[in-house]
Amino acid sequence: MTGSRTLTYREAIREALREALQRDERVFLMGEDVGRYGGAYACSKGLLEEFGDERVRDTPLSESGFTGAGIGAALGGMRPIVEIMTVNFSLLALDQIVNTAATLRHMSGGQFSVPIVIRMATGAGRQLAAQHSHSLECWFAHVPGLRVVAPASVADARGMLWTALQDPDPVIMFEHATLYNEEGEVAAEGETSCDLDKAAIRRSGKDVSLITYSGSLGKTLDAAQRLAGDGIDCEVIDLRSLRPLDDATIMSSVTKTARAVIVDEGWRSGSLAGEISARIMEQAFYSLDAPVERVCSQEVPIPYPSHLEQAATPQVESIVAAVRKTLRT
Amino acid sequence: MAAGTDTKVHLVREHALELLKQMILIRRFEEKCAELYSAEKIRGFLHLYIGEEANAVGVMQALEPDDAIVATYREHGHALARGLPPSEIMAEMYGKAAGSSRGRGGSMHIFDARHRFYGGNAIVGGGLPLAVGLALADKMQGRNRVTCCFFGEGAAAEGEFHESLNLAALWNLPVLFVCENNGYAMGTALNRSESNPDISQHASAYSITSEAVDGMNVIDVEAAARRAVKAIRAGKGPRFLENKTYRFRAHSMFDAELYRDKVEVEKWKKIGPVVRFTDWLLESGMIHESDIDIIEQEVARTIEVAVVFAEQAPWEPVEDLTRDVMTPPVHDKVAS
Repeated sequence: MTGSRTLTYREAIREALREALQRDERVFLMGEDVGRYGGAYACSKGLLEEFGDERVRDTPLSESGFTGAGIGAALGGMRPIVEIMTVNFSLLALDQIVNTAATLRHMSGGQFSVPIVIRMATGAGRQLAAQHSHSLECWFAHVPGLRVVAPASVADARGMLWTALQDPDPVIMFEHATLYNEEGEVAAEGETSCDLDKAAIRRSGKDVSLITYSGSLGKTLDAAQRLAGDGIDCEVIDLRSLRPLDDATIMSSVTKTARAVIVDEGWRSGSLAGEISARIMEQAFYSLDAPVERVCSQEVPIPYPSHLEQAATPQVESIVAAVRKTLRT
Repeated sequence: MAAGTDTKVHLVREHALELLKQMILIRRFEEKCAELYSAEKIRGFLHLYIGEEANAVGVMQALEPDDAIVATYREHGHALARGLPPSEIMAEMYGKAAGSSRGRGGSMHIFDARHRFYGGNAIVGGGLPLAVGLALADKMQGRNRVTCCFFGEGAAAEGEFHESLNLAALWNLPVLFVCENNGYAMGTALNRSESNPDISQHASAYSITSEAVDGMNVIDVEAAARRAVKAIRAGKGPRFLENKTYRFRAHSMFDAELYRDKVEVEKWKKIGPVVRFTDWLLESGMIHESDIDIIEQEVARTIEVAVVFAEQAPWEPVEDLTRDVMTPPVHDKVAS
């Protein structure tokens, strides 16, 4: 890529926020500690000084209040970016997201769209225990009226925000908390935009389709790398969009490989992995040579000690084992 | 008298008749709705505003067309007082495609972009953050508009009430909070649900100037709303009205009203907003019996037209079921 650069995921988010604030005066960032503190994950560090406290707006600890205010501001012609510290805290704002943002357009007969972007951190891996570590993406992906995206690459972290802001409907953006320090390549400034619709093939292969998203992408690619050493050629799909799901990319891959493993940090029961598995049954059943496998989190609140946290969530070993199971090797 | 910055209610005959007509329209419209509910033309929940008409009618006098309204599931009166076409409201009750919200919302979810009427929120307290956000957008874009948010006293127990009052005060936003205190959150009396049943004091706790108002007196409500709106437009931040009122009918059509005494209901009916205002206007000689007859006839005609419109309006085709879940990509223009 000409002019491509290396950034951390955090820097990519920050650059995307800065770009949005510069390009569109209707855009403002709002959330707990986004201003003076610089963001709980330091994504907005320096933006208060650059854009002022009207547009980089610290809020009280009122998730429902400020998320709802973001929805109202979107109705009033602004383009708010609401940051919620973690998906666990977003449960305090679920009423506004599910009962208002997601319903308003349909319930008003198409009169009011809600062009808001709600960003939040998600996922385990930082020993933050059971109230800061869950992966509840599928709760949001369940809801008609929302668009749900999960940038797993630095390039997507850089590119998705602006596209999300152009969307007339609510977009929920999940940022896995273990990704913020990851480095990756992004395009030159001015060429960073990307779509929100398509899953991406992060590794091509012919033997097994590994379908994943967000913080599990790295582990899945590592597993594929390890399996390649044994001559097992995995294809890795990064969903990118969790609602809507890109069925075409998934089915095209599964039809080619005849085997699928879904890696999902959410709990297995009622998971996105379950949904994707069902879609494969519905749309590609006769192409399958083995049952679809799922690698999900154990059915337990995420525990604090590292070894238990690791045991609770998908790891390279469990992904490798699931792949082997589909191949009966 | 047109809405404006004047905070006094100059009760000239023309204005008195207009207030009375609006209240009678709401009363008769809802009586018709109850009848249509029994006839199974209207289904789902139906929350009647009967007894509380002075609040919506009084407050709306202080608002301009480009101000915004956020209301609750008991919002027929607010929609009518805001000037939404009665025929479209009735069609919404029927669930017809010609309804205010294409029939998608029904009684509890009346929306109208043309009148900046943002529903119709059936989550108690859910509308308050929305109102804060609408006001924030106005402030950030330098528009001198007011967002008026109606809710019941039951909402005062919700977290969103406290979060929203705090935000509105903290950011000095142009919100008029109107608490219609009808004494009962569904079937739970205020003194059984609030440690401090003086709701206006809750607003004071957030440094919001508040006023307790006789919500059965349309003139008092209008005057209080004008004072509040004048302060808000002058940049003095949010204002809060606690309108003490009463609903004469059950909470919804499913409510057997086991929680309150009929004597209490009858007592309130004697000071009902329509009867009290009518008596006062007659006694003062400002209007005559014949004026009331004319109003009743006009209102009856309006309602008749609305019912015929709703009856004859087509149903939305089932093929359009998923229309407007998401905004179609072709037009990304957003109503504001």
